[in-house]
Amino acid sequence: MTDDDLLVASIEDGTVIDHVRAGQALNVLAVLGIDGSGGDRVSVGMNVASERLGRKDVVKVEDRELSRTEVDVVSLIAPEATINIIRDFEVARKERVDRPDEVVGVLACPNPRCITAADEPVDSRFDVLDDGVRCAYCETIVREGIADLIAGD
Amino acid sequence: MRHDHIVTAKQLSRADIEAVLDRAAEIDADPAGWTDHRPDALLGLCFFEPSTRTRMSFETAIKRLGGDAVDMGATDESAVAKGESLADTVRVIGGYVDALVLRHPREGAAKLAAEHVDVPLVNGGDGAGHHPTQTLLDLYTLRESTGLDGIDVGIVGDLKYGRTVHSLARALTNFDARQHFVSPESLQLPASVRYDLHERGAAVREHTDLSSVLGELDALYVTRIQRERFPDETEYREVAGQYRIDESTLAAARDDVVVMHPLPRVDEIAPEVDETDNARYFQQAHNGVPVRMALLDLLLEGSA
Repeated sequence: MTDDDLLVASIEDGTVIDHVRAGQALNVLAVLGIDGSGGDRVSVGMNVASERLGRKDVVKVEDRELSRTEVDVVSLIAPEATINIIRDFEVARKERVDRPDEVVGVLACPNPRCITAADEPVDSRFDVLDDGVRCAYCETIVREGIADLIAGD
Repeated sequence: MRHDHIVTAKQLSRADIEAVLDRAAEIDADPAGWTDHRPDALLGLCFFEPSTRTRMSFETAIKRLGGDAVDMGATDESAVAKGESLADTVRVIGGYVDALVLRHPREGAAKLAAEHVDVPLVNGGDGAGHHPTQTLLDLYTLRESTGLDGIDVGIVGDLKYGRTVHSLARALTNFDARQHFVSPESLQLPASVRYDLHERGAAVREHTDLSSVLGELDALYVTRIQRERFPDETEYREVAGQYRIDESTLAAARDDVVVMHPLPRVDEIAPEVDETDNARYFQQAHNGVPVRMALLDLLLEGSA
């Protein structure tokens, strides 16, 4: 068994997010709101050899099946990712991520004059464009560094 | 027109815009005929930053329709000063009135506020975002002067932060109007406006030198370049001077070019221009009343 095999070794139940662009694994966890405090058992492989991507990251979350919405959000920072839902060591479902129409409560608007940057009782909301995201309130468009906008970063 | 709220100019179709302008023209033709049109209507004015023209023209508009206005007053004397959120403030005031006008220094404020009120909300300017009612009176003035189709409009000045520009540029995509954007490089249109113009298939023609396009223009829409956008006074004076409209500018332009400005102006249009047939900016400001009467009337009609 090579090191890389070890990193992507099977889990009994949960979700494996594969083919994450190298360097984005921790951002994937951040987008999903997984920081360890919820007790999720998580393993992360970084810069694993990949035929498709050269190098990739892999994220495994045990005993948790990601929802469609969660999967879609992952697409913003890891558009090539594949999601494997694992049940009893078998891949029960495998799917590519789809870009959602909007993401709510995940990203913080970088515009300091945006109303969502004030102390208002509102979730951030971004419309997803072909090449970026756009704040639904102040309309600021972000094309680069979307991962930097993950709320709480 | 079927809109609960007027948040941006881009939500308005050509038919929506024409409905407002047509109603404004009816009001303009017979102002006395509208004085008791909305006798019970109460308009709430929530201005979180100073305003003279927008606030007063909305107040005048509702009163000329026979209704009345209640004003939140200065924010440092209100619940806002105690830390109340915008969402709570408009939710409370929205319960007192039949429609609301909001002016706020933050972009997106009107959209957020509209999510928290049950009465029509009109964006009276949100930061560098939108100012759709200014656009409606701009379009009314343009329609009266040059028509809205088959025209070349030069939009000059602070295109980056100027909310009147952001709204006007989007609204003009409904018409056969060629837009020329004239500004220093540091104050060109923001990405969000460019995106919307591209989506609507409108060309973005940009110039740093007004003289390169001046002779083609039917209308010149001038905006203020603010001193605070520049690191020092010298640079500001140098840039602002390049876009100042005076008699020599008019001499190089078409004889019938229409000069507009959302006001207030500082020194971007020389006073000598005021008395020319080209100047439309005071008429433009006066048009704020019939246009806002028309908009309020249509909104109140829709929600009645």
